[in-house]
Amino acid sequence: MSSTEQEVPGDSPPLDVWEEAHNSAEFQQLRTRLRRFVFPMTALFLLWYLLYVLLADYAHPFMSTKLVGNINVGLVFGLLQFVSTFVITGLYVRYANRNLDPIAEKIREDLEGKTP
Amino acid sequence: MTTNLAAGVEGSNPALNITIFAVFVAITLVIVFRASRNSKTASDYYAAGRAFTGPQNGIAISGDYLSAASFLGIAGAIALNGYDGFLYSIGFLVAWLVALLLVAELLRNTGKFTMGDVLAFRMKQRPVRAAAAVSTLVVSFFYLLAQMAGAGGLVSLLLGIEGKGGQALIIAIVGIIMIVYVLVGGMKGTTWVQIIKAALLIVGALVMTFWVLGKYGFNLSSLLHGAVEKAGKTGEALLGPGKQYGATGTTKLDFLSLGIALVLGTAGLPHVLMRFYTVPTAKDARRSVVWAIILIGIFYLFTLVLGYGAGALVGPDKIKAAPGGVNSAAPLLALELGGPVLLGLIAAVAFATILAVVAGLTITASASFAHDVYANVIKRGKTAAGSEVKVARITALVIGAVAIGGGILANGQNIAFLVALAFAVAASANLPTILYSLFWKRFNTQGALWSIYGGLAITLVLIVFSPAVSGKPVDPKTGKSASMLQGVDFHWFPLDNPGLVSIPLAFILGFVGTRLSKEYNAKKYAEMEVRSLTGAGAEKAVQH
Repeated sequence: MSSTEQEVPGDSPPLDVWEEAHNSAEFQQLRTRLRRFVFPMTALFLLWYLLYVLLADYAHPFMSTKLVGNINVGLVFGLLQFVSTFVITGLYVRYANRNLDPIAEKIREDLEGKTP
Repeated sequence: MTTNLAAGVEGSNPALNITIFAVFVAITLVIVFRASRNSKTASDYYAAGRAFTGPQNGIAISGDYLSAASFLGIAGAIALNGYDGFLYSIGFLVAWLVALLLVAELLRNTGKFTMGDVLAFRMKQRPVRAAAAVSTLVVSFFYLLAQMAGAGGLVSLLLGIEGKGGQALIIAIVGIIMIVYVLVGGMKGTTWVQIIKAALLIVGALVMTFWVLGKYGFNLSSLLHGAVEKAGKTGEALLGPGKQYGATGTTKLDFLSLGIALVLGTAGLPHVLMRFYTVPTAKDARRSVVWAIILIGIFYLFTLVLGYGAGALVGPDKIKAAPGGVNSAAPLLALELGGPVLLGLIAAVAFATILAVVAGLTITASASFAHDVYANVIKRGKTAAGSEVKVARITALVIGAVAIGGGILANGQNIAFLVALAFAVAASANLPTILYSLFWKRFNTQGALWSIYGGLAITLVLIVFSPAVSGKPVDPKTGKSASMLQGVDFHWFPLDNPGLVSIPLAFILGFVGTRLSKEYNAKKYAEMEVRSLTGAGAEKAVQH
């Protein structure tokens, strides 16, 4: 067994390398792609959740409307929150695999290649 | 000391319950000892050498997250209050999207072991680490109290030990086993306990869910019909929202406040954040959250069936009359379905749940103290090799003792209230600070201190002066107030849940605090952003 843990990150390149990487077109593209996906998606699912909570809180008759047998609007709405959570998870994973990981990997390899 | 082994749930077999639980403890202890053999460095102790895979960590996260409060509590809440119980589980699940989209990967790439690492990256080390450690310890403490208090109630329910002395003894035993897990196994041992427990819990819930559904011809509508029938004339109210929270304008606002704290609290829970450091890369952190979301989501769907199933097959009157009250819905359902053996299994799983969650919290709190306070605030980063882990172990021992003492004192307190409190503090003090730190270039030390201490102070003050602590009307049936303190009334804040006020205020404080200070380090932020998005220079897995 060997302990390879480094308390001081000795493998990090000097600061100007980071700034250079930060200003590169590639990194800016990665940053834009990430933010363009996660910020609107977060707003979307939080609003959708808030809508659900407000309906459950203030629209009891509507939520208690029966659709099929004893299944009412509220239950369907609740289950749709599960569905939307699973769908957004899937969408993000697909987006990250296709649009984020390849660029991130390239920048990382470039940076770590510059390590002395 | 009075222990009474005869009582408890009728038809339950305490000896059988204890035996099944003892087998679980024996098996996990062997695994913990085996796991500890290669544990040497701080990275091994705090982060299991960062060697867990995404799926393993995802299962462990769900093990950490699905506490006794969510298993027994939600199933019971659905059985008694119907739809309103279901609302909890939705908040607990949707919350994971915050962790997935905004926090998990960036945090994994930027830090080493704790939340303090991320803040300290571009701010003044000592003040922000101290602040992060304070809020971590506060959140962990409330969460720990909730779990330990739950252990006391569970004991009376499952083992039939009703005397306070006997319950205190069991709480102490649970605490000591937990300390052994943490001291011997570190994060690796604790993670394996979580994995085993999560598997048992989910499989147990799966079996019971299909059993219940089978009784109703796999028709959810007839199951709901059964629950409505069994509850008598108020049964119809189980299906729609509002049975628990719909009474007045204040209770509705309280529910909104709770809903917001639940969805924003998860990604600020320190024991959840720390789990992201146990995997080798950000991509594995992403995979672990995906696994966690799937498992937690499926589990909450099971609890929906189990809750209504308990309502239909056991009935609300019997649940309310049982020792343990609302928390006894799931165990009583197990007894109804599979007799004493299934009850014994579910009881053991519930105990294992408390044990595992408490161990996870203890390792998080001890890591935060040893890594942030001891190594970086007191010793200013100049610690001898091994001394930090030693301090972490001693801290774990102290926290374990505090948890046992606090658990004995808090025995009988409302578990859901304590958990909601932990979520409110996490959402107010931790989440704004983490998000600003990861995404806002201008954020600085003063902003971080204002959002952490401000969020923490506002939450605690609002809770102390809330009706949850004092001043709820006395229930004529029991002669007791639903508040924590009896016979006094000093509340002025109308809501039990502070999130609606404290979370926005903490975000505003972080913003104003930042703007009022000129400090900020553009170079360091550029470095942090590159590191957090690409994983360059991130902590690697330890090779053994």
